[in-house]
Amino acid sequence: MKFLNKSIEEIHESLKNDEVTSQELVQESIQKSKELQEKCNAFVTIIEDAKGVSVTENLLSGIPYGVKDNYSTKDVLSTGSSNTLADYVPFFTATSVQHLKDAGAVMVNKTAMDEFGMGGTGTTAHTGVIRNPWDVTRMCAGSSSGSAAAVAYGVYPYALGSDTGDSIRKPAAYCGIVGYKPTYGLISRYGLFPFASSLDHCGVLTRSVRDAAIVVDTMKGQDKYDMTSWDSSSVHLFEATKKPLLGKKLCYIKELCDIKNFPDATDELKDHLANFFKTVELCKELGLEVEEVSIDQTLLNASASVYVVLSCAEATSNLSNLTGIIFGKRGEGNTWKEMMMDHRTKGFSPLIKRRFVIGSYVLQKENQERYFKNAARVRRLLVDTWKNLFQTYDAVILPVGIGPAKPLEGSKEMIGKMSEELQALDEHLQIGNFGGFPSITIPNGFVNGLPVGVNLTSNCKEDELLLNIAYHLESKMPYKGQTCEVKKNEL
Amino acid sequence: MNYKAVIGLEMHCELKSNSKVFSSAKNGYSEIPNEFVRPVDMAFPGSLPVVNKKCVKDALKMSLALNCTQPEYMYFDRKNYYYPDLPKGYQITQMESPVGINGKTIIELNGKEIPVYIHDIHLEEDAASLDHYYSTSCIDYNRAGVPLLELVTEPCLSSADEAVAFLEHMRSIYQFCDVSEGDTKKGQIRCDVNVSIMEEDDKEFGTRVEIKNVNSFGGVHDAIEYEIKRQSTLKREGRYNEVEQETRRWDEETQSTIHMRSKVDAVDYKYFVEPNIPKYKITKEWLEEIKKEIPELPLECKHKYMEKYGLSDYDASVIIKEKDYVDYYEECLSLGIDAKTGSNWLTTQILGEINHEEISLKDFYVTPKLLKQIVDATKEGTISSKQAKEIFLKSCTEKKEPKSYMSQENAQISDENELNQIVGSIMERSQTQIEQYKNGKTNLFDYFVGQVMKETRGKANPVLTKEIITKYLNS
Repeated sequence: MKFLNKSIEEIHESLKNDEVTSQELVQESIQKSKELQEKCNAFVTIIEDAKGVSVTENLLSGIPYGVKDNYSTKDVLSTGSSNTLADYVPFFTATSVQHLKDAGAVMVNKTAMDEFGMGGTGTTAHTGVIRNPWDVTRMCAGSSSGSAAAVAYGVYPYALGSDTGDSIRKPAAYCGIVGYKPTYGLISRYGLFPFASSLDHCGVLTRSVRDAAIVVDTMKGQDKYDMTSWDSSSVHLFEATKKPLLGKKLCYIKELCDIKNFPDATDELKDHLANFFKTVELCKELGLEVEEVSIDQTLLNASASVYVVLSCAEATSNLSNLTGIIFGKRGEGNTWKEMMMDHRTKGFSPLIKRRFVIGSYVLQKENQERYFKNAARVRRLLVDTWKNLFQTYDAVILPVGIGPAKPLEGSKEMIGKMSEELQALDEHLQIGNFGGFPSITIPNGFVNGLPVGVNLTSNCKEDELLLNIAYHLESKMPYKGQTCEVKKNEL
Repeated sequence: MNYKAVIGLEMHCELKSNSKVFSSAKNGYSEIPNEFVRPVDMAFPGSLPVVNKKCVKDALKMSLALNCTQPEYMYFDRKNYYYPDLPKGYQITQMESPVGINGKTIIELNGKEIPVYIHDIHLEEDAASLDHYYSTSCIDYNRAGVPLLELVTEPCLSSADEAVAFLEHMRSIYQFCDVSEGDTKKGQIRCDVNVSIMEEDDKEFGTRVEIKNVNSFGGVHDAIEYEIKRQSTLKREGRYNEVEQETRRWDEETQSTIHMRSKVDAVDYKYFVEPNIPKYKITKEWLEEIKKEIPELPLECKHKYMEKYGLSDYDASVIIKEKDYVDYYEECLSLGIDAKTGSNWLTTQILGEINHEEISLKDFYVTPKLLKQIVDATKEGTISSKQAKEIFLKSCTEKKEPKSYMSQENAQISDENELNQIVGSIMERSQTQIEQYKNGKTNLFDYFVGQVMKETRGKANPVLTKEIITKYLNS
C-alpha cells in the first residue's frame, strides 16, 4: 500500500473508490513520519493518536498533512522549535489550520523548523539539526525545514510552512518540491507565531503546483482576527491551474543570472545557472516571451541588509511576549526582571539572541533614522522596482539560491566568504516578502545529483496568473510529484 | 519671592466601549480577576490586534472637540518595554501620527477664561493591573487592552488650581461627549504632571520634573504645590542645580514626591509602526459625521443660559457641572418650562433630593415631564408653591405622578363663588363672633380663616379666602 507519494487528486480518487481508507492513510503517514524522524529529525511532534475521518467531496478530506510548529494548534504542542515554548500547548487553533480541519484534512505531525522561523539552515531547532532526505549530509535550508523534508519524503502530499524571507521557497528548492507563498493577507496569520509581522506569510509545501492551489484555496479567506487579511472569495487557484496558459511575458534579472557576474563561481553554481537557462528555454517553448532586464546592482546588493534590519527589528518586538510570566517555563530569580532574563537567557539560541541585539540596535533612538528608517526606504525602492517590472511582465523568473542544498558542515564559513553579488542571488526571494508578492518555487532539475529550483514571482493579488504559469511550466518538466525515494533523472 | 511655575499635564482617560480597543474581550470593570480576557490580551503567540472602530471614532470626536488637527491616516505605533503588567512587551499607542495635534480649549477659573493649548491627543491601550502582596504580586488582565485616550498639554498652566480646573473641565467634556464616565474612583483618569519654575522675566524654562501616576485631582493639586515649593526652596537657597531633570512619583502617605529615575536612565521605547494594523484613511465625510455628534460643551451651555435665559452665573455653573444636569435642564426647556423656574427647581429641590438619596439624576423619579405637571399647576394657581414642594417630595418618595396628588379632592379651592358660599354659611352661624369682631376684637379675623380652612380641610386658596372674609366683615 502506497498512496501518500501521490497527488491530492489521486489520493482523493483512491479514497472515493475505497482503495484505501482515511485511517489507513493516517497510519501510513505516521509510519513514514517515524522513518523520516530517524533519518532526518524532521518533527517536533508525531501525533500518534491521529484518526482518519469520513471522506467527503472535499479534495482534502481524509488526507493526512503536516503543520509547521509555529502554527498554534489547540491541544497539540506548539513550540516554534524553541526552548522558550518547549511545553506550550495552545488553547486556540490558527485560522488557516482550522479551515483545513473543517475541510476534513487530518494533521499527523508538527514539523521542526529554525527557531521561530529565524534562520535558513534548519540547524537551530531545539530538537536538533534537520537533515535533507535527498542527502543527509546536506541541509534542507529553512526555516520550514521539517515540512520540506517530510513532503519530499512522501510522508503526505503537503505540509504548511511560513515564509518571512524565503522560508518556504528555499527549502522547497533544496528538497526538490513546490513551495508557494501567496500574496500577503490572502491567508490569515492569526495563530502563526510572529517573526516579522510585515514580512510573515503563511503558505504551503507540496509536490505539485495544483496541490498547492488546492490547499491554499482552503487555507485562504478574510479573517476578522487578522486586519491584514482581505476578501479573496473571487480567487479560485485550483480553477486557474485548469485554464490554458494565461501569461505572456516573463523577465529575469541579468545581475542575478549572468554567470559573468560571479567570477569565482563553483561548478554547482555554473550548472545551476545553466540549468536555469534551460528552464527559460522551456518557457519560450510554452509560448512565453522571456526578456532579460537589468537592475541596479547596488540596489540588489542592499536587499540582504534591508532584510536583516527590518526582520530583526520586528522580531525583537514580536518576541517580547516570551518572558515565562504568562506561558512558557517560569524563570528563576528574586525579581520579575531576573525571572524574565533567566527565561530568555536559557530559552533562546545564540542565533536568535544575536538577531535581538541587531533589532534593538537599529531601533534605538539614535540609530533609527540611519538603519531602520533607511531600510524601510530601500524596501520601498525595491518594491517599486519590482512593481515597475510587473507593468510589463506577468512574472519575474529567477533561480533559487546559488545551487543545490548546501552541506551542513562548513557552510557557515562559506556564507562569510560570499561576494555581495552572490549573496544577492542567494537571498533575492526576500523581495517577495518586502512587497507581499505571490511567489512560488518549483523543481527544475538536478545539480550534482541534488534537486534545484526555479522561482516565479508576480504582482500582488495575481496569484491565479502566477499559479497558472507555474502549472504550465511544471507540466513541461518531469519533476512534478517527485519524492526523494523515487529519484527522477535529469533532463 | 515667588517664582513663576510652568506646568504641563498628561491626562489618561479610559474610554467607554463594549469591547477593548484591540481585542474582542469586554471593556468593563469586574471584581473577579481575569474575567474579560481574549488570547491577545495575554499576548498568546499568534494572536493579533484588531482595532475597535468605535474607539477610533470617539478619539476623533475628542480631537475635534478640542479643536485639534486630525491626521490624514490613522495608524499606530509600538512602544517597546518590559514590565509584568505589559503582556506583549510593547504597548500599542500613537507616536508619529496622533489622532489630534495642536488643539486649544478654554477653561474658566474664578470667573476668568484661560486658554489651554493641547500638544496632542492619542489613542492607546491600557496595561494589566498589579496587586502586590507581602512576597508575591498578582496580575489581573481585565484592564489589559482597555482603550485609553492620552492628552498632553503644552506647558501652559501656571498653578495647581489651573491644573485642577483644566482636569475638571476635561472630565466634563469627556462626559458631555459621552466617550467616558471619567470616574477617578474607578481609576479611569490618571495623570502625569510636569513642573518647572522660573523667574518672572526669564526667557527659558527651568528644569522640568515629571511626576508620574497621580490618580486623583486632589493628588494633582497637592503634588504640584509640593513640587513648586520644593523647587522654589532650593532655588531660593541658591541650590537650584540640585533640581535635576528626573521622574518622581507622588506618595499619598507622606504627601511628598519621591525620586524614581533620572533623565540618564530614561527608557528608549524604540517606537516603530505597528505592522499588524493597516493604515486607515480618515475621510472628511467621516469627520463631518462625527462632528455632528458633538453636543454643546459645558462653557457654551453656560454662556447660553446666562445670556439667553438670564440665569445667574452661579446657577448656570451648577447646571453645567454634569452632563446629566444639562440634559435634564434642556429637556425642561424643550417641554416649555420657564427657564428660571426650571433652573430653580433643578438647582435647589432636585439636586438636593438626589444628593440626599445618593442617586444619579438619570435614575431620578421626577423626570422633566413629571416636573412639568407641578410647574403648570403652580402657574395656573391650582396649587400653592408650598403645596408644590409637598407634592414634589411625596412624588419622589412614593414614586407616583404629581398629578395623582392634585385630584379634585386635593386641589386648592380658588373658585370665588364656591368660597363665597362657604364663607357665607360660616358667617351665618357665627353671629356672636362677628359682633365681637366689630366691637374691636380684630384678632378674631384669624378665627374666621381657621373656620374656612377647617371646613375645606386646608384647601381654600388663602389669599382669596382672606379677601372674601374682609368683604363680609366690612359689609
